[in-house]
Amino acid sequence: MEAIETPLLKVTIDGIEISVPPGTTIMNAARKIAEADPEQHDKVPPAMCYYEPLKASGGKCRACLVKVAAGSEKDPRPMPKLVPSCITQVQDGMIVENTTNPAVLETRKGIVEFLLLNHPLDCPICDQAGECYLQDFSYEHGVVDTRTQEERRTFEKHDLGPYIQLHMTRCILCYRCVYTADQITNKRVHGVLNRGDHAEISTYIEKAIDNDFSGNVIDVCPVGALTDKTYRFKNRVWFTKPVDAHRDCEKCSGKVTLWYRGEEVIRVTGRKNMWGEVKEFICNTCRFEKKETRDWTIEGPTRIERSSVISANKYGKNLIAKPDFALKLAKSQYKKIDDSRPYITDDQTIRQLSIENNKLANERSLASD
Amino acid sequence: MSTQTTDIKFTPENLEKAHEIIARYPEGKQKSALIPLLHLVQKQWGWVSPEAMDYVAEMLSIESIEVYEVATFYTMFHLEPVGKHVIEYCRTGPCCLMGGEKVYDHLKQRLGVQTGQTTPDGMFTLKEVECLAACGWGPVFQIREKYYMNLTCDKVDEIIDELSK
Amino acid sequence: MKILTQHINEPGIETFDVYRKHGGYTAVEKAIKSMTPDEVVEEVKKSGVRGRGGAGFPMGMKWSFLAKPEGVPRYLVCNADESEPGTFKDHYLMKSIPHLLIEGMIVSSYALGANKSFIYVRGELLYVIAILEKAIAEAKAKGFLGKNILGSGYDLELVVQPGGGAYICGEETALLESLEGKRGNPRNKPPFPAVKGLYQCPTVVNNVESISNTPWIINNGGEAYAALGVGRSTGTKLISASGHIRKPGVYEIVLGVPVEEFIYSDEYCGGIRDGHYLKALVAGGSSVPILPANLITTTANNEPRLMTYESLSDGGFATGTMLGSGGFIVFDETACIVKNTLNFAHFYRHESCGQCSPCREGTGWMEKILYRIENGRGTQADIDLLVDVSRKIEGNTICPLGDAAAWPVASAIRHFRHEFEWHISHPEEATRPGAVYPTEAVLN
Repeated sequence: MEAIETPLLKVTIDGIEISVPPGTTIMNAARKIAEADPEQHDKVPPAMCYYEPLKASGGKCRACLVKVAAGSEKDPRPMPKLVPSCITQVQDGMIVENTTNPAVLETRKGIVEFLLLNHPLDCPICDQAGECYLQDFSYEHGVVDTRTQEERRTFEKHDLGPYIQLHMTRCILCYRCVYTADQITNKRVHGVLNRGDHAEISTYIEKAIDNDFSGNVIDVCPVGALTDKTYRFKNRVWFTKPVDAHRDCEKCSGKVTLWYRGEEVIRVTGRKNMWGEVKEFICNTCRFEKKETRDWTIEGPTRIERSSVISANKYGKNLIAKPDFALKLAKSQYKKIDDSRPYITDDQTIRQLSIENNKLANERSLASD
Repeated sequence: MSTQTTDIKFTPENLEKAHEIIARYPEGKQKSALIPLLHLVQKQWGWVSPEAMDYVAEMLSIESIEVYEVATFYTMFHLEPVGKHVIEYCRTGPCCLMGGEKVYDHLKQRLGVQTGQTTPDGMFTLKEVECLAACGWGPVFQIREKYYMNLTCDKVDEIIDELSK
Repeated sequence: MKILTQHINEPGIETFDVYRKHGGYTAVEKAIKSMTPDEVVEEVKKSGVRGRGGAGFPMGMKWSFLAKPEGVPRYLVCNADESEPGTFKDHYLMKSIPHLLIEGMIVSSYALGANKSFIYVRGELLYVIAILEKAIAEAKAKGFLGKNILGSGYDLELVVQPGGGAYICGEETALLESLEGKRGNPRNKPPFPAVKGLYQCPTVVNNVESISNTPWIINNGGEAYAALGVGRSTGTKLISASGHIRKPGVYEIVLGVPVEEFIYSDEYCGGIRDGHYLKALVAGGSSVPILPANLITTTANNEPRLMTYESLSDGGFATGTMLGSGGFIVFDETACIVKNTLNFAHFYRHESCGQCSPCREGTGWMEKILYRIENGRGTQADIDLLVDVSRKIEGNTICPLGDAAAWPVASAIRHFRHEFEWHISHPEEATRPGAVYPTEAVLN
């Protein structure tokens, strides 16, 4: 059989050219650029609602709005409005401005402001802190000052059962958990109820979300709205050590990340790629019931970006005060992970390493204050 | 109002209507009947209870949450028991220009309730709604299917007297 | 010259027989018996009639975008979800002369090749739905609807669908979602409904008034329609007049009537109510920019302002507005602009679907700031903050509701900034019941 050649489309994002197959979105074209050259990471628009593995996700948060300065080779007119890069498909010859366009950056500041308007600043007691995409988004794209003096909205509490903790006040209504329940689980019992600024994630009548794959809503949540009840308040993510592991599971791939505190597995999650997306969703048995090292075959340390707080553990004073400096520092300290490093699979060594690592981490964080 | 929680069923007449509604849509698109059926539920029970929503979900072979999502989105559906007459009063700009606020204050005083409340005798529930598309005939309120237009304080009294009988 | 309302006051016009007696359903006969669907589309194109729901997009062009893949049903959906504050013309038309819309639906469905068409009526108008359903039953009994219409082999079924109380469903993709039994969340575009609409099939969504024009266009020809009006504003338009005028109501005008004539002549609004004078105008429904007195009857260039799409928008947003849906709200000097802006801001906050962040959060924020200003707790910086918030919403949302919420706030501050400043600098006076910015004092 002859392979059918589909002509690739050429798109330029912030001056960098890439060829992609038809149907590719601006977002995914930008991600391709960054995957090929990590130096170009900032060419990728931020995504708060888009989640590649979930069909129909995207278009809602407006964090990824970009300027299309030329629509295509054939019709080089600019698009009149900023477009959501996660759902806008590239055309041949399209020219996109992301960080090079002041209007885009200004709009993004506005989106941060809108998302934080009613979002509680309870990061100090939020389990998501350190791995929260809203934290990253506001840190990278927001402004320091706040212009609001209005009261934040609140919601009545809903109990979603023994595994999933819902903090509705933190929700940014990305709809990812709804798509997850629709597409990954066999029955959706929660959804977005009510309308407008009092829309909320709920089951309506008190009901536990209970099925084999329900725990995945935790992994897809960009903020601390849906967190793991079995992990609640156990530790800060930057003191834990993530390790890739797998087990034979009849329900799912069994490929997970174990989060260690000392010798103890305190949390199990799906594996996230460099865009924070889980490609292989895991079952609740793996997530909630297998918390002993002996349940797992350890593959090795999880690759975490050096710029991430989980890896770098360097939220120093200067960084918080000066976002630009922080970015530069993160960049200067950025090192490619040594791929040739042999994976450690011996339990005893991993335990020992994680104890030492945590000790070092604690010392570093104390020293940096 | 009925707050019956078990054995929710349409009356034979409404059931026939429900089947007639469901048959309007192309094969496999029966979910389109959801909003009309919720209106039918409200017509029969006065409000839309979780049990009635589950009943509708079953009738349309969809998940209950799909019904909750829709019922809570649209403001016409009363999700809690209401009085015999629900007065839905337009609060939007053009009606206000026509003196809507003064008449509304009078109505609240007359009924002795605030927005969202039901009179102690269970006769009237007062709700504020947005534009009812009758701006030139304002102030306006609606009770079930009926529009009451060009309201004045006197006219409001007459209507309440009539409905209280 | 009346196209839609010529017979509206005839006793019994809501019945088939009386409507028929006044020339009703002749357009159906003419179209189905003597014209091809494409010829019908061609007449509508020639007429130049523009969408009467608010956007003003040429209807014939919208029709010509409809995709026609083999073996896939196509749908016509009539948008009767009229909910824009200040607009009540479709309500009036449907309740008074239901057969006009039914006839238009038949002609239009035939032109588009739709065999099942929907009229999506806002849920509050349940009594109008009953009127429409009765009219449909009559038309069906007379052979103008159903299988094999007038022996032509063309089948059409009309379904009247109630909404459930949501302004957002007037946005065409939200309407389609609602019609599919879902929450009225607008869809991201593309794809447009003409390609993927109702049930993912090609769909045209048209306003009640737009569709009601088609019988006259078929009977008299597109050119005759285009001969009415001025320039690209062809034909007639229903204007819903409300507010501080002597004769509120629905008026059918030939596009091009001067705004001054429309406000002051006895044929239309009859002037400002006794003893008062004109202060401001919202010309096309609550979402269009508000105009101050000096820009209403004349443009910034001192030319007479006409009731046309072009003349009303003359000067852009700086000194112009839009014809929109024709919701003509007149304010006299007793109206407080700050209070009215707060009222509209509340409306848009209440009606936002909540899907995208700028609209969900921004509409609520604007309302809260305006609430503070109105209640004597604002600061001068709040005014610029409002302008900035409105700018951050505008153009950045999934659907036009964001723009619709931003424009009234931005325009009220543009033209009436002094009233906002006065509210802030004179909190005690401004929060007294019925308090209004002392225009008189300034004028003298």
